[in-house]
Amino acid sequence: MSERNVLHVENITMQFGGVVAVNNLSLDIPEDKIIALIGPNGAGKTTAFNCITGVYQPTNGLVEFMGKPMVCGFPKGKMRKQYKGDNHELYVKQKTLSPTPDEITKLGIARTFQNIRLWKSMTVFENVLIAKHMRARQNVFSATFRGNAKEERRMREETMALLEEQGLEKFKDELATSLPYGLQRRLEIARALATDPKLLLLDEPAAGMNPQETQELADFIHQIRDKYKLTVFLIEHHMDLVMKISDYIYVIDFGSKIAEGVPKDVQSNQRVIDAYLGVSEDE
Amino acid sequence: MGKRINEMINPALRNPEEQKAKKLDLTVAAVLLAVLLVFLIVLDNVLPQNSFTLMLIPVLKKGAIYSLACVSMNLLNGFTGLFSLGQAGFMLVGAYTYAIFSIPSGQHNAVYQYFDGGAIKFSIPELLSGVLGDTAGSFLGSIICIILAGLVVAAFAALIGIPVLRLKSDYLAIASLGFAEIIRAIFQWNGLGAVTNGSNLLRKYTAFSNMKIDIGSFSLKFSTLFPFLIAGLSILVIVLLINSSYGRAFKAIRDDEIAAEAMGINLFKHKMLSFVISSFFAGVAGALLAMYQTTVQASTFNTTMTYEILLMVVIGGIGSISGSCIAAFLYIACSEWWLRFLDSGAIGSISVPFFRDGFRKVVFSVVIMVIVLFFSKGIMGDKELSLSRMIKKSKAKRAARAEAKAAEGGEAK
Amino acid sequence: MSEFFAANLPYILSGISVGGQYALIAIGYTMVYGILRLINFAHGDVFMVAGLVMIYMTASLPMYISIPIVLVATVVLGFIIERVAYKPLRSSPRMSVMISAIGVSYLLQNCALYFTGGLPQPYPAIPFLSDSITVFGATTKMVTVITPVLTFILVVALVLLINHTKIGMAMRAVSKDFETSQLMGIKINSVISATFIIGSALAAIGSLLYFTNYASVNPMSGSLPGLRAFVAAVFGGIGSIPGAVIGAFIIGICENIIKGAGWTAFSDAFTFVLLIVILMVKPTGIFGEKATDKV
Repeated sequence: MSERNVLHVENITMQFGGVVAVNNLSLDIPEDKIIALIGPNGAGKTTAFNCITGVYQPTNGLVEFMGKPMVCGFPKGKMRKQYKGDNHELYVKQKTLSPTPDEITKLGIARTFQNIRLWKSMTVFENVLIAKHMRARQNVFSATFRGNAKEERRMREETMALLEEQGLEKFKDELATSLPYGLQRRLEIARALATDPKLLLLDEPAAGMNPQETQELADFIHQIRDKYKLTVFLIEHHMDLVMKISDYIYVIDFGSKIAEGVPKDVQSNQRVIDAYLGVSEDE
Repeated sequence: MGKRINEMINPALRNPEEQKAKKLDLTVAAVLLAVLLVFLIVLDNVLPQNSFTLMLIPVLKKGAIYSLACVSMNLLNGFTGLFSLGQAGFMLVGAYTYAIFSIPSGQHNAVYQYFDGGAIKFSIPELLSGVLGDTAGSFLGSIICIILAGLVVAAFAALIGIPVLRLKSDYLAIASLGFAEIIRAIFQWNGLGAVTNGSNLLRKYTAFSNMKIDIGSFSLKFSTLFPFLIAGLSILVIVLLINSSYGRAFKAIRDDEIAAEAMGINLFKHKMLSFVISSFFAGVAGALLAMYQTTVQASTFNTTMTYEILLMVVIGGIGSISGSCIAAFLYIACSEWWLRFLDSGAIGSISVPFFRDGFRKVVFSVVIMVIVLFFSKGIMGDKELSLSRMIKKSKAKRAARAEAKAAEGGEAK
Repeated sequence: MSEFFAANLPYILSGISVGGQYALIAIGYTMVYGILRLINFAHGDVFMVAGLVMIYMTASLPMYISIPIVLVATVVLGFIIERVAYKPLRSSPRMSVMISAIGVSYLLQNCALYFTGGLPQPYPAIPFLSDSITVFGATTKMVTVITPVLTFILVVALVLLINHTKIGMAMRAVSKDFETSQLMGIKINSVISATFIIGSALAAIGSLLYFTNYASVNPMSGSLPGLRAFVAAVFGGIGSIPGAVIGAFIIGICENIIKGAGWTAFSDAFTFVLLIVILMVKPTGIFGEKATDKV
């Protein structure tokens, strides 16, 4: 691809004990595009997300963000013997990088979760406001003794603006978990946007939504992409949605990439059809 | 100006109705505090000593100190979700730091009689008295010692936090409990006797009774007001912290660590902040407790003390500051005053056979178990005491009742 | 090495003995944790109550009646604590159950304080256990020799029970996955009760052996051995019975060698330093299983 890549994932392998959850996965996420990662249940999609967002340190491989290495590792210790993946010597010379999730978020990658993780004792407003905490110019003293009043006001105004835009302002004082499911998903996206990301990772944003809501979600993803100049990388099961909004699709099964391409090509790819429909061994 | 104050206290509230409610609460709080202030000064100086005030004054002092201890524990356990059981250890360090630096130099030989007068030969209140005069010296000196106690404890906590805060829930509990035990062993060790006086008491340092201003032959005493002032200011700072951006981050960690981290909150840094700040105030509470007791001994700061503070927090409601304060005063009043009769062997003149020493504590622990099992939200749940909220609630209740009546009437037709 | 051994023999011997006693308590902690994920803070106090019951029973009854009564009373106590204080909180957050356990511990200590009047109660000499014996030239009580043997027998019996009986299988299933075993028709409550019964019975035996070495029992007697046994359980990998036993022996021996070296004040501090080091280096202990959070 000719455009600039926001995210470049190279030979990522994640092995838990003897189980290889993600195997030698490479992908590129070009700027301003909507890219989808699909695959059957248990294919390792969420694990791949977790490797990118720092929840897991990948056993082997490299992730670059905005052209700079962000995560890098190679099999160490016990894993050196157990390692079943490829390229185990490719990154030995490179500096190991294992940033924590918050450091990655600070660089400009925000995410949502497959099983919604909102802060349950807090209101809708607070849920978004807290995501602003990371970039606020303040320290614990200025915050405690209210020396940050200007900053605090700015955070509140931005939060309010974000909620209004998402149509959540009338729920602002309700508990986040009292919202209907679809709105909770939307709130999670709003919360992720509050961290000012360049790249937004959505983990099954349409899960549990009805066709109407899914339709709205598709428009919504386009809207926020254009408005915030975001790049979107999503995992999704709703094929209608994926085919409609993605510019490019990666397909994985059993941890490995089995196909990639524009929606039209992926749709007619035999390996993808086999992976989804299942194919018997003797064929 | 009013708006600014509102923003200071709780910037989360912006709509006019809530601001009005907040203003009402603040006014009520200000009036109550003023009344309390006057009452405490009167209590210290004007009211005669009788059996009632002799019980009331210690309960008030100790209640104020334990309120602070509870609130500082609540900051950690209730607001950050870190189940730490190191409170007694931190209070111990605070109490010792305070005592060590405020024993008058003339008393060192008497206090450290087995350790050649100890290693520290100065006393901060005394040094300041030399410069500022006796009254200002002992006030400012003890305040400096209290802050110093907090800082020393905070430094201890920062060191302990590096390993401990990486642990998950119950491991954190047991490791912090372990550290408290280690601290106790170190402070009782005779090898450090020149500083800690080993397993002996520390005494003769500046206490609450020294908090007075002599005007000619009349002396204005502050011995009850002083702990209220220090504890009150400390609690105010904690409240401000909890309602700030950092306090919200703490609550986010409590609710869901993984989400908090994914939203850019550095877990270790924020847990450490909460741990160090909570420990600072535990140290202040320890220093106040030393002033109250007039002697300190490491062996009294045991796990039972931590458990008692934890139980107070639970009774008040985990996650409620006002709940912690109410529970601390109630607990102290019950255990030191109102339930005393259970130990005395009689109600009035009627003697009851099984009322004897220790019965009070049995009744007490049964009540606590009932609260833990059946009223696990405690007195306040995770809400704060507020007049406007009560008014709102009673209005809502009245409205509901009216509605029910109307509905009944409708059915009758 | 042999010099060190010769000089420290009495301490090593008493360390093995104390270690066995800790092991019997530690099993109670580790089994409960394995199944309920709860640090049963009251377990040490159950152990103390067993000691007190023994004192009050022997005051009026002969030894051969008192000992069975102690066992039964401790088991009943453990069972009641579980039913009253932990069962109602089964669906509550883990913190509330832990607080309830702390509450029970506080209650038991205060009850003990009430009944004893806060005075240490002299522990009766149990014939045979209190007799003197000479091992490798060191004179000690019979209990020193009996403890490791008895511990070994009990642990083997327990492991057989867990691996070869129906209730044992249910216990293993529940400790692997609470919800699923419930769905598979395992009676969770009876499994948990069985766990508490076994834990309390072992604690009662432990208390008979432990207090024989001490002159008296007071309301706080249970808290430190309890904490040490808990550390042993963590050290061995909480949830693992062999781990708890090995951890208990290591802690018992280390503690006594430190006491022998004249650092008595630091023997408990050492136990906790060991705990913290273990938690830092290998949080799951020697035999513990690794658990990962699902995101």
